[in-house]
Amino acid sequence: MDTASEVAKRAERADVRSRWLLSAPALLVIFFAAVGPLFVMLAYSFMVKGDYGDVKPGEFSLDGWFSVFFQRDIFDDTVGLADAHLSIFWRSVKLSLITTMLALAFGFPTAYFIATRPARTREVWVFLITIPFWTNLLIRTFAMQEVIRNEGILNTLMMWLGLIDQPIQLMYTDAAILFGMVYVYLPLMVLPLYASMEKLDFNLVEAGYDLYATRLRVLWRIIIPLVRPGVIAGSILVFIPSLGAYVIPRVLGGGKNMMLGNLIELQFGAGRNWPLGAAISITLMAIVMLALLVYVRNEARSGAQNV
Amino acid sequence: MPDQPGRNAIEVRDVSKIFGSGDARFAALDRVSVAIRENEFFTLLGPSGCGKTTLLRLIAGFDFPSEGEIFLYGEDIAPLPPYRRPVNTVFQSYALFPHMTVAQNIGFGLEMLGKPKNEIKARVELMLKLVRMEALANRRTSQISGGQQQRVALARALAPQPKVLLLDEPLSALDYKLRKEMQIELKRLQNETGITFIFVTHDQEEALTMSDRIAVMSAGKILQIGSPRDIYDRPAERFVADFIGESNFLPATMVSKQDDHATVRLTSGAEISASLPQNASPAGDVTVVVRPEHAQFAAAANGAPLAGTIENVVYLGTDTHFHLKLDTGEPFIVRRQNARGHADHREAGSRVGILIPADAAQVLRD
Repeated sequence: MDTASEVAKRAERADVRSRWLLSAPALLVIFFAAVGPLFVMLAYSFMVKGDYGDVKPGEFSLDGWFSVFFQRDIFDDTVGLADAHLSIFWRSVKLSLITTMLALAFGFPTAYFIATRPARTREVWVFLITIPFWTNLLIRTFAMQEVIRNEGILNTLMMWLGLIDQPIQLMYTDAAILFGMVYVYLPLMVLPLYASMEKLDFNLVEAGYDLYATRLRVLWRIIIPLVRPGVIAGSILVFIPSLGAYVIPRVLGGGKNMMLGNLIELQFGAGRNWPLGAAISITLMAIVMLALLVYVRNEARSGAQNV
Repeated sequence: MPDQPGRNAIEVRDVSKIFGSGDARFAALDRVSVAIRENEFFTLLGPSGCGKTTLLRLIAGFDFPSEGEIFLYGEDIAPLPPYRRPVNTVFQSYALFPHMTVAQNIGFGLEMLGKPKNEIKARVELMLKLVRMEALANRRTSQISGGQQQRVALARALAPQPKVLLLDEPLSALDYKLRKEMQIELKRLQNETGITFIFVTHDQEEALTMSDRIAVMSAGKILQIGSPRDIYDRPAERFVADFIGESNFLPATMVSKQDDHATVRLTSGAEISASLPQNASPAGDVTVVVRPEHAQFAAAANGAPLAGTIENVVYLGTDTHFHLKLDTGEPFIVRRQNARGHADHREAGSRVGILIPADAAQVLRD
């Protein structure tokens, strides 16, 4: 005869077992797709590079990490900062920050416009915003090239309108990269912004006007503080892929204007220095995490001020 | 009674508000005119969709009239944006800023007006005291109850000392007991601040309790304006009589008129005296309204102006309702107060006679 407590214990054990079984697929995906490869990268970054790419397994070395930040002079063997790498780091962070700000500047009014439409039209606008996702990024980037090259649509149009005498060189400049990144990542800003604006109680906006706040002050004191979660989410979603962008700087920036993504690709490709590529990748992740940390701490502080 | 525009806090002249276009055109307000006096507690009463909130929004400046003018102390404010009107609103949903404290909410209007910090602080403290919320000044608005949010919304709207305070069904979200308390509280605040209140509600009891004057609205028009007593005792139209309180409607024929009184003949053949509505001269077949509590039972059914059979007796605690069917076929309700000692013990099925005292009957305009 089973006592009630034995039955209960058995049921509990079965419960634990089925819980593990049910979560197993998710855990496997997380391990093999997310955590596992990260550890592979981390391990590669501490190995010796192979002569034709790859790594020499089992041999430990700090060379990969060393050459992320420093370089040895070929002639006198003195150690200096790796200016080429550091300038690419700085360029990447700078271009990503500018991209984020531009995307916010264009995305905010767009999201506000959509959120203030009648419910049925809103869905149409959101749908239109997502259409670019249907096309491959590479193809969209080449299309962008068609727009901004010297004989492209933009220059031809401006010359026809008499705004300029000769084409403006946009291709292979930072401006071209910014242009491309803002275009590609704008939806990632608009969608979270829209999601938080849609929840905004527009009675609060009217209450602001009623209490003598002008349009600008209503925007600054009421709308922006209330849609802040959307601003943060959108900024993170734009900043992170911008920092690691590969196709856009490659196609629109040419070979000279590299960003981190191109530098990493170079190490795994022509550079045949996998440990360095792995070390740069992890550094990139560290920058992202640092940026997030700064953001979160800032948020916590300004949040505390409001209480 | 033509008012001088300068004397009125708000004067609305021939205002229409059309929404939509083409076939979907819809007049939310149809040539409405009303003058609201200084220091008045004025109520716009009507069912949902009657245009009362639209009128309030036009006065606040959230919408602009399609036609007509709105004067604030003689100045045409119709073209001004809401932040240039010395008028504040208490919203139905309160619309308190969730990212600010109670005190910051109350101070917001003064801050936007550019008042000095110490003045804002003093005024916020005064307002907190006025609505008895001193203890909760630094709470977030999400951390206080519905009734407290209501008080904060009031304090926030009163803080900039508006010339007119607009209240858009502010009590509808509160439970019955709290609503009763707030009705008295609102009346007290209005007395203490001396500010003109324009109050929108669909609740006739609320309107009767608090208002100096009531405008009854239906389908974009104002049907009748008057004191609660006027509106209740002398409804000019069937809609007003029906919407406010319970009414008995009796078909009748005009017999004679003298000044504001008339003699009408009911279908039972009895002739009674009835009041006439203002600005109208009904003739021929008319409708007479009698409030259930104004009718009285006669000593005997024979010889009474109206006679019928009691079909239902409904006990309501303070009152008893007797639902009758008159000999002429119309339904009729008599309400008697359940006073101790002389309660009317009348059973369903018994035949009764009904007396209609002088002044208890009112002839309707339409």
